Formats: sequence, structure tokens, C-alpha cells
Amino acid sequence: MTQDAATTLTSAAAGNGPLVLEATGLSKDFRLGRGAILHAVRDVNVSLYKGAVVALVGESGSGKSTAARMLAGQERLTAGTIRLNGEPVDVRTGRAFRRYKSEVQYVFQDPFGSLNPVHSVGYHLARPVKLHQGRGVDVKQRVIELLEQVRLTPAAQFEPKYPHELSGGQRQRVSFARALAAEPNVLLADEPVSMLDVSIRLEMLNLLDDLCKRLHLALLYITHDIASARYFADEVLVMYAGRIVERGPAEEVTQQPAHPYTQLLIASSPDPDNLGSVLKSGNSASRARGVGSGPAATGCPFSTRCPLADDKCRAENPALHQLTAVRAAACWRLSEAAPALVHGTA
Amino acid sequence: MSPVLDIKDLSIAYRTPGGDVRAASHVNLTINKGEVVGLCGESGSGKSTLAYGACRLLRPPAVITGGSVMYSGVRTGTVMPVDILRVPPRDLRAIRWRDVAIVFQSAMNALNPVLRVRDQIIDGMEAHLRLRKDEAHEKALKLLDLVGIPRERLRSYPHELSGGMRQRVMIAMALAADPEVVIMDEPTTALDVVVQRDILAQIVELKETLGFSVLFITHDMSLLLELCDRIAVMYAGRIVELGSAADLKEAPAHPYTQGLLRSFPSLHGTRRDLTGIPGSPPDLRDPPQGCPFIPRCGFALPTCVQVDMSLIPVPGGRSPLHVTACPVVLPAAGAASEQEPTAPEGALS
Repeated sequence: MTQDAATTLTSAAAGNGPLVLEATGLSKDFRLGRGAILHAVRDVNVSLYKGAVVALVGESGSGKSTAARMLAGQERLTAGTIRLNGEPVDVRTGRAFRRYKSEVQYVFQDPFGSLNPVHSVGYHLARPVKLHQGRGVDVKQRVIELLEQVRLTPAAQFEPKYPHELSGGQRQRVSFARALAAEPNVLLADEPVSMLDVSIRLEMLNLLDDLCKRLHLALLYITHDIASARYFADEVLVMYAGRIVERGPAEEVTQQPAHPYTQLLIASSPDPDNLGSVLKSGNSASRARGVGSGPAATGCPFSTRCPLADDKCRAENPALHQLTAVRAAACWRLSEAAPALVHGTA
Repeated sequence: MSPVLDIKDLSIAYRTPGGDVRAASHVNLTINKGEVVGLCGESGSGKSTLAYGACRLLRPPAVITGGSVMYSGVRTGTVMPVDILRVPPRDLRAIRWRDVAIVFQSAMNALNPVLRVRDQIIDGMEAHLRLRKDEAHEKALKLLDLVGIPRERLRSYPHELSGGMRQRVMIAMALAADPEVVIMDEPTTALDVVVQRDILAQIVELKETLGFSVLFITHDMSLLLELCDRIAVMYAGRIVELGSAADLKEAPAHPYTQGLLRSFPSLHGTRRDLTGIPGSPPDLRDPPQGCPFIPRCGFALPTCVQVDMSLIPVPGGRSPLHVTACPVVLPAAGAASEQEPTAPEGALS
């Protein structure tokens, strides 16, 4: 049962369309000086399929943005390979980088910082159209189409506007339109809604979902909000300290988490149905476990915070252990952490 | 339950060349002793303006155009209650921080990056509490213990601390003078859920031991439902609904509150339909006639332009303290239900 999980495990997003972008064994080390090395991403496998949403969930510093930047070609790989449509990717030359960018586009988190305040909306969209679609394209027409695609209508009215004249939600729509201008097959969205109001977030996620289905895009949705991943994604990858600790279909992972870290994440999310919450009574037992202690240097990185951790956890790092055809978790003590799941497959 | 801070009919405007932006109009909000009151609304709904205005922390072009903020604390020697908006500057300085403290938004940036944590905490204490340097240092250490930061971190610069720790430093500073009321403006917005929960639990724990009241400002309704005793929902500078957390969760009356409750995905229980709130808030320079929510409201009637936005007890509500500004829409039975609230004819009297 513990065989090489990476080869037998299929992605929960695989049913939606053909495989576009596949990363295997993705690793990134940062040198911190004085010989210290930060392993920001370690041995991550991600597969993105057309028309499907994969969510990468984790706390700040878990390496999810670094992984996305590697997929976007903006960060050199320490180890691993990225394949686009089956071809290994090498983006070391400017031309190859541009070609790759026309296939894989990145949406930034901050709609207030990612648009240039001295350029109009039209300029922001016309530039990538000219860059990626070459001559013979009616740029003006294409810009209008893009604005309509992200539902900034009437488009002619939005085109001459400047970022400061737009609300946060409208700015993020411009960011989406800019990413779509290259007519990509893959969209990497790094916390696309975390800077927006709760009431607007949903509209934006619905728009992204709609674009993904309509334009048949493969979407990587990076977030720290696992609740939105439940509603929005097909597959969820939970990251901790640079590693994927659990992966599987969104509904299954959120409703029946196997890894203790996923369980902690879900228990910590606000639960509006819990009106008699321990938070109201000020019970100190509700304090989260071991916040402040960082990931362990040896063994399972979560062992410093895990209630189930034993000597084996502190000495050896567990590999992803396959639970079902589409689910896996990296934990030595899964039979205690998620007995129903383990015994169901045994 | 005695009121500690009583905001009455408070109106605040920003004077701009294009006319006044009425960021808060005729707001009434009471915070009782030991209570956690949530203030919820979108960006630009005036929630931060209201909180800062109540402490007279706003600078021109903001002007307070009317109302009063009655503070009935215990410490200050003057006759209680005092109107914060009318006390002389000397007394105002005594009330601020000692009686009413604020944890500012984006703690990530609210700390001075070139000062050590110790110097920032002590700086405030010297100004407001007139402590000697060694006493202040001792007190700073106690404060760090209180919020669970190792004592040696006092020597750290803000960039050496994690986001959660910086937030805790901000909370520690707010609690330095043992205040009666702590206003928290989006204190956990930039934090991870695990850290967020830890800090919230800590705030509540401190509240229980130290006995202060909290006004908690955020746009995240799901958080408020779990945390607060009472919740005020603000839209376009006005409070549109006010009630206990249970009232708002189980029988939200205002269409805006109903929209907010259908906006966030839930991890627990069955999946439910989410609709969000389409559209955007009105321009407060030229607020529309009647109810400001009309353009985004699914239940708007022609008579809605005559609504004066005064808060009335919810028709058929369980508690007279559950009030709404919408005389048209009746409470929805359960936020998650598909059932459409009814809009009976002649409800508008």
C-alpha cells in the first residue's frame, strides 16, 4: 500500500480535460548566507488539467507562492521538471520565456499594487495583446473583447479609465483580463481574492470559474482559505513547510481531512454555525496548538505542532501515503489521525 | 448591563471639493461593559471612520457634523458620563489609550520599522502613564507575557517578528493602560486562519480576565458570528441592522445582511448556494434618496425611496433589541435556506 504514491496516484482534476502542465519533483532552495539553506519547496508534484481547478492551500511561508512562481517560469528550479503539453520546459532564453508566458499566465494577489497607476486600463491590456499575439490583430477590438470577458461593461467606458478610478474588484478584473490577453492555456492565480471584500470575493471566484470552464483553462488557485477551495476547486493540495502533506478531491479533503495539519486548518477556520463557540466563553482550551513553533528541521515538519507526534515522526519524514485512488497524505500515524480512511482501504 | 461607550446620532463627513462625503450618518451604537460588539460592512461603508471618529482621531478633511459619544468609565476623576466629542484636549488625552484604546488596522505596517519593540511600547507608556523608565520596562515585559511572546523579543525590530507576533505586539500596546474599551480595526485580516484563531482566543481570554469591552471591526461576517455578542451591520455610512449574533444568523432581516450571509463559503455542513451581493456601494458624495441599498436589493419597491433608515424592531422578531432599517423585508428563516423572504404589501406604514 505504501508503494510509490507519485506514480499510481491520479489527480482528482484529471476527469475534466487533457493534461496541460505537469510538474514533478519540484524543489527550490534559497541560500541564506553563511551556508544556511532554506528549503522553500521540496519534491512537489502538480498536474493541471484543462477546465479544472486545482487549489494549493497553506499558511504564509509554506512555499505555495514559490511553487507557483516556479510554474510561471519566474524562479529557477533547484530540482524537478516542468512539462507543458508533454514537452520539458526550458525558459532560460528570453524568447523561450516569452513563448512559455503566452501559455502560462500569472494573476497577482494585490489589485492595488499590480496595476501601474500612470497607465490606463486600455494600455494595460493592449500591451500583452501586442506582445503575444503579434501583427494582424485588431488590438482595440481585442481589448474590448477582453473587458467584456471579465464583465467590465460597457467596455468602451472602462478602457480609458485609470486604476485609481476603479474599485478593488474592478481592478482585479483588469488583472484577469490582462492575464487572458496572452490567450493562455494555464492560469496561475496567487490569492486572487484575499485582498477583496468578502461580498465581492464570491463574484470574482465565480468569474474565474466561469472563465476556466468557458475558455477551457487549467487553473491553479493558491489560497490560505480552505473553505473557498472547497467550493471552487476540483482537487486540493495542502502544503506545509514546502511539502505537500495531503492531496485529494476538494470535498473529501475538507469534509474528511486525513493529515493532522489539514485537520488543524479546518478546525481553525471560522465556523458561522458555531454560535456557542468556545471563542465566546474565552476558554483557553480553544487556543490553537503550538502556534509560533516553526516547522521541524528533521523528521516530519509538522511534528513540532502535531498532537500525535512520536519519536519516529521527529526522526523521519513521511512520504505521501496513498489512501484511495485519488487521495494521499504524508503522515506516519494516519491510522490514528484518520482511522476510517485507512481501514477503509486496508 | 451598563453602557461604557454610547455613540448617539453620530455623523461624520469628509469635506472634498466635490462636496461632502457622508461617511457616517446618524449612527447609534452602544457598547456595554464586558461585551464584544462586531461592526461589519464592506470597504468604504464607514466602519473605520465611525470608530476613529468616536475617539476624535480623524483629521481634516474629516469633520464630525453631529452627535455625541458618551463615555461612562470608572477611572477618570471627572463626572461621568463625559462626551468624548466635547471634552477639552487635556481630558481627551487622558481618555485615549487609558480608557479607550485602539488596535489599528494592518499591524504589519503600524509599527515603526526602525524602533525596537521595547522602545515603541515604552514610548507610549511614558506619554500616557507617566511611568519611570525602569517601571515601564518591567511593565513591557509583563505585557509580552500577557500576549504570549517570549520576553527576549522585546529587543527585536518589527521585521524580525512574524505577522502574528506583530499583531500581538499591537494588542499588547493597546492593553498597556488597562483600558475599558478596546477598538479593534480588522486585527486579523492579514493573518492565517490558525494564527487568527489563536489571537482571537487570546483576545477573548484577556477580555475575560481584564474585563474590557471590545468593538471588533471586520468585513468577515463568519468571524463575527462566532466571536461577538452583538453585531452591527453597516452599509453606506449607516447601521442597517443590529442584533445578537444568533438573531442575525438565524433571522437576518435586512437584505444586505442576508446577502452578506450568502457570501462566504462554509467548511462545515452541507454545501449551500452562494450568491454574494452583486453591484457596488453608492457614491456617498451624492447619496441616493431613501434606502442606499435599493440598486443592489432584490426586494426593492417604489416606496423604498421614502425609507428614512431609522432602526425599528424587526417585525415578528424574537427580541426588541434586534432592529433593522428595512421596513419592507421580513426576516429570512435561516440564512442558508432557499426560501425567499416575503415582501407583503402595505408593510411600509
